[in-house]
Amino acid sequence: MASGVRLPLVRVAVPARPRRIPAWVLALPPVAALGVVFLHPLALVLWQSVSPDGGGHSFSAYGEVFAQAAFRDALRNTVLIAAGSTAGSLLLGFALALVIAFVPFPGGKAIGRFIDVFLSFPSFLITLALLFVYGTAGIANGLWTGATGAAAGPFDFLHTPWGVLLAEITYFTPFVMRPLLGAFAQIDPAQLDVAASLGARAPRIVRQVILPEALPSLAAGGSLVLVMCLNEFGIVLFTGAKEVTTLPVLVYGKAILDGDYAGACVVAVVNIALSLALYGLYRTLTHRIDGAHRART
Amino acid sequence: MNTGIRFDGVSVAYGGNIVLDALDLTVEPGEVMALLGPSGSGKTTALRAVAGFVQPVAGRVFIGDRDVTDLPPHRRGVGMVVQQYALFPHMRVDANVAFGLKARGVHGAHGARKAPRDEIAARVTEALEMTGMSAYARRYPRELSGGQQQRVAIARALAVRPGVLLLDEPLSALDAQLRSGMLAELARLHRDLPDVSMLYVTHDQIEALTLADRIALMDRARLQDCGTPQDLYRRPRTEFTASFVGNANLLPVTVTGDGVRLAGAVLDVPAAGAAAPGDPATLCVRPHAIGLGEGPNALRGTVTEVQWRGATHRLCVDVAGHRVTADVRELHETSSLGTEVTLHFAARDAVVLPATAAPVGPGGGAAHG
Repeated sequence: MASGVRLPLVRVAVPARPRRIPAWVLALPPVAALGVVFLHPLALVLWQSVSPDGGGHSFSAYGEVFAQAAFRDALRNTVLIAAGSTAGSLLLGFALALVIAFVPFPGGKAIGRFIDVFLSFPSFLITLALLFVYGTAGIANGLWTGATGAAAGPFDFLHTPWGVLLAEITYFTPFVMRPLLGAFAQIDPAQLDVAASLGARAPRIVRQVILPEALPSLAAGGSLVLVMCLNEFGIVLFTGAKEVTTLPVLVYGKAILDGDYAGACVVAVVNIALSLALYGLYRTLTHRIDGAHRART
Repeated sequence: MNTGIRFDGVSVAYGGNIVLDALDLTVEPGEVMALLGPSGSGKTTALRAVAGFVQPVAGRVFIGDRDVTDLPPHRRGVGMVVQQYALFPHMRVDANVAFGLKARGVHGAHGARKAPRDEIAARVTEALEMTGMSAYARRYPRELSGGQQQRVAIARALAVRPGVLLLDEPLSALDAQLRSGMLAELARLHRDLPDVSMLYVTHDQIEALTLADRIALMDRARLQDCGTPQDLYRRPRTEFTASFVGNANLLPVTVTGDGVRLAGAVLDVPAAGAAAPGDPATLCVRPHAIGLGEGPNALRGTVTEVQWRGATHRLCVDVAGHRVTADVRELHETSSLGTEVTLHFAARDAVVLPATAAPVGPGGGAAHG
């Protein structure tokens, strides 16, 4: 309904809105830095793998490398050792974290804190320590020869796949324990008390109460260890395991010892693809576990 | 089924610090015993000693005729409900309730055989029906309210048909309205399960008075008093009992030959062995037992505070330097501050207690609440 009253027009000063910087502009510097520092060298590796020494571009280097028995051995060793080390680290890490978190003993907290320090150690240091203990001239063999008068001790496995496995499990177990200890700290102790009062023994409590709560942390620690094991170089080198060639060691051999850069790049590409594939598979599985866990809690 | 709990001189210490001191207490089969006391009084420690989570440094714990002192928790055959419910978050409600049945078998604490699946299902259904949670069987704990979670926790404890049910401040995480409802539910459950002995730890006197057949009052690691709620409330034996169970005016008096003297006024209240004539004692009168106006055992004083509480008025009156609190029916004309008033009480509503050197426990000479 028209009122017939005419309102005066008033010019209102609208404060100018601050101009917003587009998100893509903000993202540009870190992406550019990532590209220069990481993606560009990666692209060079990829490019080199399809650039034979004779010139031009082809996948012939892939065919040559894949045909080599040494490559197939290295691939098998890499997968087996990484899988074994991850499984071993998960089992040992879970058991040790359980003891530290739920079985009170003097020094338990100090050990928990030492785990953090352990994470900062370089991998070769652990391998070196194992050499001092289990090496052919190590403490264990020294004790044996001293006690039995034998010429040599029985411990001679560090240069075998088992030695690499032992060193990797020793080194990577704390990487599983750290997130687990955090997860265990979140579990209400009353749940464990109630479970025990309901008649559950320790194995059932671990299996049905603690483990389901710790699964996401176990998955996180396991995925980290898997990727690190796939790419571990120092431990294999320091154990002096001549019969144990993994993909990173093969890259080193081809590039530095043989001067076969195209071949080294092929192996490196395979190593990267393998890491991404296994990691992707692992994350898919753990994502399902984690998703189900979140849905429940 | 011979249930019941017996503490036989049970002491518990943590690193040389005594947290439960020589507790002697018997919970009869089918009885609800409330362990009431302030924080740090040792009541939860006593409950945990029954459950097997703390090992006594002295004494024995019996469940029925069995000495369970050295048994691990999973072999004691008790049900337990705790303050924060402690439901297993990754299990649905029915799985939570079935946990104990799977762990110990349907026969309870000593059932060696595993429970058949249909028997477990039947027992889960029964426990959920008992607590009114049947409709929520397929939910996860996070999908339930606090009160519903507590019902599930109770169903979980009852599903194993324990002879002894331990409840550790089970309602303290609930709001006042829910708490009141759950209190009635627990009372109903006790009526439905007359053979189950319940040890109920609380610091809330209302919960203890409402639910318990008897109350064991604890303070500073020791059992201070034990009796029916009515006895402890109406005829307390110590100042601590008087002040902790209900509200009380605790007034210093001197015993005379035929009563007690308070600030010159002689009151006709029998001391009955609390103290010899001429000795100091403490007069205990509940605020609701005090009337306004002339009557027997009159006390004159000055109004220092008036609180309207709906159906009642609370008057705080200074009687010769002592604060006396009276809960009287709603006044049509309230006394203004500084007004001189007369209070009175019947001799049967007062108790003379032995005097203690210092005020004990909450209250310390004046009514609270």
